[in-house]
Amino acid sequence: MRANTFVSPGKTRVERVPDPKILNDQDAIVRITSTAICGSDLHLYNGFIPTVEPGDIFGHEFMGEVVEVGKGTRKVKKGDRVVVAFPIACGSCYQCGRQMYSCCENSNPNAWIAEKLMGHSPAGVFGYSHMMGGFAGGQAEYARVPFADVGTIKVPDGMTDEQVLFLSDIFPTGYMGAEMCDIKPGDVIAVWGCGPVGLFAMASAYLLGAERVIGIDRVEARLRVAREKVKAETINYEEHDVYRTLMEMTGGRGPDSVIDAVGMEAHGSTAMFLVDRVKQGLMLENDRPNVLRDAIMCCRSGGTVSVVGVYSGLIDKFPMGSVMNRSLRIMTGQCHVQRYMKPLLERIRKGEIDPTFLITHRANLDDAPAMYRTFRDKQDECIKVVLKP
Amino acid sequence: MTTTHLSPRPAYPGSRQLPRSRSAIDPEAVSGRGDGGERLAKALGWFSIGLGLASLAAPRGIARLIGARGDHADETILRLVGLQEVACGIGILATRKPTGWLWARVAGDAVHLSLLSGAMASGPEDPNRMAAATAAIAGITVLDAGNALQLGRSRRPARRAASEVIKSVTINRPAEELYRFWRDFRNLPRIMSHLESVEVEGETRSRWTAKAPAGMTVQWDAEITKDVPNQLIGWESVGGRVDTRGSVRFAPAPGGRGTEVHVRMWVDPPGGALGLWFAWLFGESPDQQVSDDLRHFKQVMETGEVVLSSGGFDGTHIAQRPAQPPGSIPAR
Repeated sequence: MRANTFVSPGKTRVERVPDPKILNDQDAIVRITSTAICGSDLHLYNGFIPTVEPGDIFGHEFMGEVVEVGKGTRKVKKGDRVVVAFPIACGSCYQCGRQMYSCCENSNPNAWIAEKLMGHSPAGVFGYSHMMGGFAGGQAEYARVPFADVGTIKVPDGMTDEQVLFLSDIFPTGYMGAEMCDIKPGDVIAVWGCGPVGLFAMASAYLLGAERVIGIDRVEARLRVAREKVKAETINYEEHDVYRTLMEMTGGRGPDSVIDAVGMEAHGSTAMFLVDRVKQGLMLENDRPNVLRDAIMCCRSGGTVSVVGVYSGLIDKFPMGSVMNRSLRIMTGQCHVQRYMKPLLERIRKGEIDPTFLITHRANLDDAPAMYRTFRDKQDECIKVVLKP
Repeated sequence: MTTTHLSPRPAYPGSRQLPRSRSAIDPEAVSGRGDGGERLAKALGWFSIGLGLASLAAPRGIARLIGARGDHADETILRLVGLQEVACGIGILATRKPTGWLWARVAGDAVHLSLLSGAMASGPEDPNRMAAATAAIAGITVLDAGNALQLGRSRRPARRAASEVIKSVTINRPAEELYRFWRDFRNLPRIMSHLESVEVEGETRSRWTAKAPAGMTVQWDAEITKDVPNQLIGWESVGGRVDTRGSVRFAPAPGGRGTEVHVRMWVDPPGGALGLWFAWLFGESPDQQVSDDLRHFKQVMETGEVVLSSGGFDGTHIAQRPAQPPGSIPAR
C-alpha cells in the first residue's frame, strides 16, 4: 500500500509499504477512505516529539471501510463504514472503565519509554512515535485498528465522510476543551489558537451555553473564520496586547475560563517567547509555554484553565503563584475520544453543527508531503487538509 | 548464596520500607567488609570542590600559586578547570559508588598536566612553582586512578547482589484468576518474553528453558517453596548453575480495583558464560524485564492477549518499524 512516512524533520515521503495485518484477536483492518493532517502531526513533523523514526507512518484522524476483522471482535463487521478514534483503548482496564480512554493502561506496548518521560504511560496512539506505542498511522491506504470494537463508531447511511471524519480527533478534542471549563450561563470563554481544535472549542463553548467566546490568533484568515463561521469575537495578538484587550472586553474581570488550543509550539510577540524558542532549539526545554502563561494570567480568579494543546515534556517559568493564589483550576488531557463519538455524531446528525466548515484543502494522499508544508506554514489560508487515498 | 525461605513483607501502602540500594543480601552488608575506597573518594570529592571553588573565585591567585602568568587567557582556563573540578566533586559526593566520577577526575588531571606542560613550554612566570604544581598534580592523578580502580574492584560483588527486583502491578481481575494463571508455570512464557518453555515435572518441581544469545537456550529446575492458594507462590532454582528465587503475592486492591500483584525476585548471576548470558538477559536492568513481564500479565488477564503494535514484542529497545513488514513478530 501507499503511506505517508517520516523522512527527517520537515520532510515526509509517500512510500510503498507492506499492507497491515491482523496481529491481535480484537483487531480490524480498515481501508481508508478519508484521512486528515492534524496540528499535532506538525509536532512530529518538526522533530519535537522524541522517538519518531524514519519510516514511521503518520496520521491519527482517519475513517474507512472495515475489510477484515480478528476473531475476537464482536461489534465491528466486514463492510462497516467506521470512524476511528485516535487513542487506542482496550475497554477493560480501570481507566477505560471510567471512560478515561486516552489513559488506557494496556494499549501502549512501549509504555516503558513513556513512563521514563512522564512517570506513567498514556494510551497508545496511531502514528504518534514509538513512545506512544509504535502503531502505524492512518495517512495510508489501510490501517490496522487494535481493539476495534472500542475504538470505532459506525457511520449511519446518508452521512458523508467529511461530516463525520473529525469525530476521530479534533471535534471531540475541542468539545472536551470546552466541556472541561464547566460553562455556566453568562460565561465568557477565551480560546488561544484559531486552528481546527480552537475553532471546534469555540463552537462547542457556544453549544454548551457560553455567553461570549473570544478567539486569539495572529493569522487573519483563521480569525476571519472564527468570526464568520463560529460567531466568535477575535483578538489578533500581533496587533493588540491580549491581556489589556481581554480585560477591556470583560469589564476588568477577565474571561471566566480559558482554553489553550495551541500547545508546545506556540508563537508570541514577547521577549519571553524568544527565550523559549532558543531554549527549545537547544533542547533545554521540550515545549514553549507562552500561551499557557498568558492564558493563566488572563483567566479570572477561580476560573478554569483548560489545556487541549499538546505538550510533550518539560516547560520553564510556569506561573504557579498565579495559579495557586488565585484558585485557578487546571483541566487537561488527551481527548477521551471514545466517550464523545456517539453524542457528537448525534449533534452533527441533528444539524447543531456542521464540521465541514473548516476544510480548506482537499488532496490526494500522494500530495501529503506538500500539504504538510502548506499546513505548517499556513500558506494559502490553509486551516484543515483532508486527504483521499 | 544461602537459600533462606522467602518471607515477603506485607505490602500495605505506607507500611513498607522498601530496601533501597543495599538489599538484605548485599554481601558487603552481610560480611561487614570495610571501606572499599569510599573514604578516600569522599576526601578527593571535597578536595575537588575546594580546588574548583578557589579556581573559580580567585583564578589569579591560583595562577600565581602554580607559577603561571595569570593573564586573561590563564584566568579563563582556570575558571573552566574550576567548573570541571566542582562538577566532579559534586558527582563524587552525591553518588554511592562514584567510580565514573573518579575516572572523570583522572581525565581532568590529564588535561591539567597537558595544560601545564603547554604553559611550561610557553615560558612560565615562575618555573620552579610550575614544576612543583606539575608534580603535585601528577601525585593526585596517581591517587585518583588508584582510588577509581579500588572502587571498581569493590563494586563487583555489590553488583552481583544488586539484582534484586521488586515490582508491582494492579490487575482488574480477582486474585484466584491471577493465581490460577501463574501457578500453572506453563503459562509464563506467554507473558515472559525471555522464556522458551516451562515444563511441570511434579507437584512442586518444574524445568525452565530460557532463550540465550545465538539461538542457544539455558535450562534450570525450580522448586516451589511456598504455595498459598490465591495469595502467594514462592520458588527457587535447584541444582543448576542459575541461582534464582522469587515470589509473587496477590492482594486485593482497595476500592474494588482488582488485585495487586507484588513480585520479588533475586538472581545471583554465576560466573563464566552464564554470567554473560544473564548480563544480556537482564541487560542493564532486571527491573525493566520484570516490569515488562508484569505489563504483559496485565494485558493477558484484562484483554486476553499481549497487545502488539506494528513492530516487535521486545520491550527492551525500540524494535518497531511500522513501515516495515510485521513478519518479524514472534507468533504467540
